[in-house]
Amino acid sequence: MEAAVGVRHIILVLSGKGGVGKSTISTELALALRHAGKKVGILDVDLCGPSIPRMLRAQGRAVHQCDSGWVPVFVDQEQSISLMSVGFLLESPDEAVVWRGPKKNALIKQFVADVAWGQLDYLVVDTPPGTSDEHMAAVEALRPYSPLGALVVTTPQAVSVGDVRRELTFCRKTGLQVVGVVENMSGFVCPHCAECTNVFSRGGGEVLASLAGVPFLGSVPLDPELTRSLEEGQDFIRDFPKSPAFPALFSIAQKVMSEAPARLS
Amino acid sequence: MEEVPQGCPGTGSAQAGRGASCQGCPNQRLCASGAGAAPDPAIEEIKEKMKTVKHKILVLSGKGGVGKSTFSAHLAHGLAEDENTQVALLDIDICGPSIPKIMGLEGEQVHQSGSGWSPVFVEDNLGVMSVGFLLSSPDDAVIWRGPKKNGMIKQFLRDVDWGEVDYLIVDTPPGTSDEHLSAVQYLSAAHIDGAVIITTPQEVSLQDVRKEINFCHKVKLPIIGVVENMSVFICPKCKKETQIFPPTTGGAEVMCQDLKIPLLGKVPLDPHIGIQEFCGHHPPKEEHFLSS
Repeated sequence: MEAAVGVRHIILVLSGKGGVGKSTISTELALALRHAGKKVGILDVDLCGPSIPRMLRAQGRAVHQCDSGWVPVFVDQEQSISLMSVGFLLESPDEAVVWRGPKKNALIKQFVADVAWGQLDYLVVDTPPGTSDEHMAAVEALRPYSPLGALVVTTPQAVSVGDVRRELTFCRKTGLQVVGVVENMSGFVCPHCAECTNVFSRGGGEVLASLAGVPFLGSVPLDPELTRSLEEGQDFIRDFPKSPAFPALFSIAQKVMSEAPARLS
Repeated sequence: MEEVPQGCPGTGSAQAGRGASCQGCPNQRLCASGAGAAPDPAIEEIKEKMKTVKHKILVLSGKGGVGKSTFSAHLAHGLAEDENTQVALLDIDICGPSIPKIMGLEGEQVHQSGSGWSPVFVEDNLGVMSVGFLLSSPDDAVIWRGPKKNGMIKQFLRDVDWGEVDYLIVDTPPGTSDEHLSAVQYLSAAHIDGAVIITTPQEVSLQDVRKEINFCHKVKLPIIGVVENMSVFICPKCKKETQIFPPTTGGAEVMCQDLKIPLLGKVPLDPHIGIQEFCGHHPPKEEHFLSS
């Protein structure tokens, strides 16, 4: 069954480090691509901490079957963003998925092979932190369908960059084409006095991209409006164009649309 | 450690060695003979090893990037301020070992002796172990599946010569998977005091943390309490507070009330102060551990 054969570009959003904003970037990238008229699928392979359903106000939705397999959940009426996540398969949102590697691998394989993704311009794959079972399973399952691109997310500080260097090694070893590095949580402008503080240090993302010889796609500042909109499943790209994080997120999406086709062919 | 086949039923399962996916697995004969169902001898070995370790505390979070390693490191330093307290810090985040960097121990190597691996000592009374010390380059990626990670954790618990230790603090990666199951399983005979769970205020973190709390209940791991990190941002210039990670559902405070779990404290996001000063100014947290 050729479930992902209609997908033109596959982009894995990776980071060696947890909590840098992979799910945030995956969600905002999908929203920006949708606003540019693209059809987007999101595959959430973070089985222990599936964040995407909440970020797109799709919690509690059910997954249905059709002749070609599972139907991904459409998060909007226009059906321009579809989503698959283990979050939809849990009986309650607090239920813990306490699985060892082999069982996680099997579900990820199903998410690729048994989901009727249909015709998509982009499939964005949100991953958990690390370089382990989920990442290997996703790469192995997706490889037959399309050259695989990677968007690597970091925060500026050394502790993140240290982990993300390892992730870039993972990309090299598994043949993932790195579309670029995004630096998230890049500074915070105090709303009271406008002083910019580098809460999580500065500069790491650009240095990392340069060391690894991959494009640096941009720095996204800390933005409580962005955090809040993700909490509430709002469309940040549509509703908050004046917010501090908007210009960077929009520009990153533009760069993905212009770079990915060439880098992934 | 060899790779496990995709549909592995588990070595303890009744189908071990007998299932269709067992064909071709190097351990098939072992499993089919029933040997896989026997308890791992390492559990007893670790129980013996842990007799010299008084208190064992796991630092957990369902969510990544909330400050587990930062908290673990500063808790270890805080406890080790008393020269007579022996502290050990074990980093079982195999893919993303942050502890060496946070402790200023990058580039250090682990030494073998007759009594096992020696931890790296950052102070006379504070020893550290991490897979980071076993990697030869900062670009080396540890691309291991679950079983191989489990093997490393077993070695860390069984083969490191910790000596006489008052507190063993175990820093974990985010999630509820192999590393967490292995830590609990291998320490099952050795009595873990409990888990400290770290979160940040927003619901995206709390929803993962509730899963971690459920994990603790499932594996009968006592919960010492929850720490809310990055609570408010204090501007270094004007000193005013902003909530960068807004507690849209009430933050850790409401979650702890709902689940009847102690909230141990809230740590601000202040690049100038950081957690270190918080640990120094808030000994009640350490008293809490001593009394539990």
